[in-house]
Amino acid sequence: MTGEPMLAPYRVLDLTNEWGFLCGRLLGDFGADVIKIEKPCGDPSRNIGPFFRDNPDSQKSLYWFFYNANKRGITLDIETADGKEIFKKLIKTVDFVLESFEPGYMDKLGLGYSALSEINPRIILTSITPFGQTGPYSTIKPSDIAAMALCGWMYQCGDEDRPPVRIGLPQAYVQGAAQAVGGTLAAHYYRETTGEGQHYDAAAFPWLAYIHQNHVWWYASKKYSTRHGPRWEWTGRPISRYVWECKDGYIAFAVLGGNFGLSQKALVDWMDTEGMAPDFMKEIKWTELDFDKVTQEFRDRFEEPIVKFFKLHTRAEIFHEAVKRRIVLLPIYSPKDMLESPELNARGYWIPVEHPELGTAITYPGAFFKSSETAWSMRRRAPFIGEHNEEIYTGELGLSKQELAMLKQGNII
Amino acid sequence: MSRQALEGVKVLEIAFIGVTPMTCKLLADQGAEVVRIESKTRLDYLRTSGPYVDGIVSIEHSPTTPSLHSNKYGITLNLKHPKGIEIAKKLAAWADVVANGFTTGTLEKMGLGYDDLKKDNPDLIMFSCNTFGRTSPLSSFPSTGIQITGLTGLSQITGWPDRGPSAIGYYTDFCVPHFNFASVLAALDYRRRTGKGQHLDLSHIETSIYCLAPAIMDYAVNGREFRRQGNRSPSAAPHGAYQCKGEDRWCAIAVSTDEEWASFCKVIGNPEWTEDPKFSTLLNRKRNEYELDRHVEEWTMSRTAHEVMKLMVAAGISAGVVQNGEEVFKDPQLAHYGFQQMMFYPGMHKEYPTQLPFGRLTKTPVKARRPSPMLGEHTDYICTQILGIPDEEFVQLMADGVFD
Repeated sequence: MTGEPMLAPYRVLDLTNEWGFLCGRLLGDFGADVIKIEKPCGDPSRNIGPFFRDNPDSQKSLYWFFYNANKRGITLDIETADGKEIFKKLIKTVDFVLESFEPGYMDKLGLGYSALSEINPRIILTSITPFGQTGPYSTIKPSDIAAMALCGWMYQCGDEDRPPVRIGLPQAYVQGAAQAVGGTLAAHYYRETTGEGQHYDAAAFPWLAYIHQNHVWWYASKKYSTRHGPRWEWTGRPISRYVWECKDGYIAFAVLGGNFGLSQKALVDWMDTEGMAPDFMKEIKWTELDFDKVTQEFRDRFEEPIVKFFKLHTRAEIFHEAVKRRIVLLPIYSPKDMLESPELNARGYWIPVEHPELGTAITYPGAFFKSSETAWSMRRRAPFIGEHNEEIYTGELGLSKQELAMLKQGNII
Repeated sequence: MSRQALEGVKVLEIAFIGVTPMTCKLLADQGAEVVRIESKTRLDYLRTSGPYVDGIVSIEHSPTTPSLHSNKYGITLNLKHPKGIEIAKKLAAWADVVANGFTTGTLEKMGLGYDDLKKDNPDLIMFSCNTFGRTSPLSSFPSTGIQITGLTGLSQITGWPDRGPSAIGYYTDFCVPHFNFASVLAALDYRRRTGKGQHLDLSHIETSIYCLAPAIMDYAVNGREFRRQGNRSPSAAPHGAYQCKGEDRWCAIAVSTDEEWASFCKVIGNPEWTEDPKFSTLLNRKRNEYELDRHVEEWTMSRTAHEVMKLMVAAGISAGVVQNGEEVFKDPQLAHYGFQQMMFYPGMHKEYPTQLPFGRLTKTPVKARRPSPMLGEHTDYICTQILGIPDEEFVQLMADGVFD
């Protein structure tokens, strides 16, 4: 690992809110110089919890900390005439602009793609929204739950006797923003080949619809799956348990045949050593079993002995034995379990990030890639409001200190 | 007409099921030339999974395969045959990027690890993506998204406070590809500038955790374990999926600001209960949320989910029908983005959809250029045209079982 970070030469202006944070964050992780632009009063997304030591202070949001690390931060009101001028100056120095305003907002300010590309024809403008810049849903006010409902995910998630549920933390935000990184870099690849920048309409919605197969299955079979709590429905197959209770928690496991039959046989063998494998389960040729052909009754018959077996063992015992016997299962972890997990600590995944102003370091998830050539690194904690104003405005754009003071008093920065 | 963003990038995919193939599909949809290796003797699990198209049980009628492999070329190789390995090596020498979706050791044992492939292709970019990552003590332990949603905490945070974690399918399979895709493109840029390739090592777990990181930091800093909370949100009420007219029909509604609350009350006809101080502020609505939800549902129950959504959206309130498979398939916004693409599948003798799960690069749009390959559909083309193997030799290789 000797090389500089992969995207070290590039600069990004990040105007996004929670719908786009992760995009800039990952570009920063790859080494780009990402400058987060906020309104002079601070980004409202700073008010998303949880907060450091439960202190609901907009400079102490853990959500902000994580998704805006590896970025510098400036304040700028791009709705003002001075703000626009400064923004245009910045545009000359950058390679990427990320924004997640409502569709049309940048155009209305005279800062849409055509205006920006006049200043810098190589610019790539990535616009991240839940539904897209155009189309019948483009005017729907964004929310995670509306996106997760419309995309079809919630139809399959939750308990039969209660409303469909979304995943416990907003996933439309992170899915859309993470996808936008790849799209932005694809546009970059094209730019480096042809010299042309472009506008990227990074709609989260098509990918959100892709995260489940219900539409494909409906097309294939005119049937679709619904929700079953700890069990999951793969259309056309018997409903199958994915979440299993054990002595001290839960594990994630599915009875599968075919390619996964050896894993299933290994579990039955283990059950057998404790006299808990019913004869009919020992007789099944798991590698030949095709779950597209069995009945619900057949599947239900072997759920019960496994439920009983798991309940007699702890999560750690089950995982230990699974690794030994190559049974395809993993424990269901909570955040606490994950932090304490020897498996995740073995790669040094959790890292301390210094927050000197808080007098402490905070544990963050660390590298999402390792490489033979370049290093992932956490170079800086997330910025405070306007933390790098002086560094960027006077140090890099050449504004004087007096001008900076005027801009501050004019509520522009 | 227009060029695609990744035209000219050559990718070799050695992988199965979801994550790595999806990563390669993202590359292929943007114009990269992707060659996918399959085995006739050890079929991809999803080729043998239903619900089969038209109920025809065959490896060309799996409903999921067309979703994952459109725009790729397909070759079958017998990697137990030394000549099969040789062809795989030639393809790796042709490629800019090799995608390895197997547990650590699988390709290495066959002489297809990064260190071997690099010999013939010094600036190769390879990415290996498995559950725990290559340097983990568990790097050779297999698992799928079903299990990984458990270990990454995503199952734990989903569902109801008074019940256990929810099944969320193989959700993480749809988190990881973004990280792979971005890493490969960053590596391509690095190679363009420095001439150096690299081996990227990504873990399903380490990438997916980015999707719920704040919950982990909350425990690290505040000692708080995330409690499942159904559809509750700390900053909105009403916030949930509300039952509507019809069987199992629901509409999601999210009301955050005072202004939205006023609009919401107006839409539902300002019934008396909305004037109760119990519901006058966000804090009060949060305090009395169960009662609030019952009131909201009284109103939604007598309307269809689509009607509820329409009224709410028109009033500037975030809302969306909980759509079923058929509705998603026919969704107008997805149609606007060309999500479903009908293509003719020779193996099915009919048109069938694949998806372009992507927004829009305005100058270089994603395209459905070719359907997901039939098993071994391009073996001949790849060997003779891409690798330049003479016809006689190709026929001999076929007779030797190299493509089985």
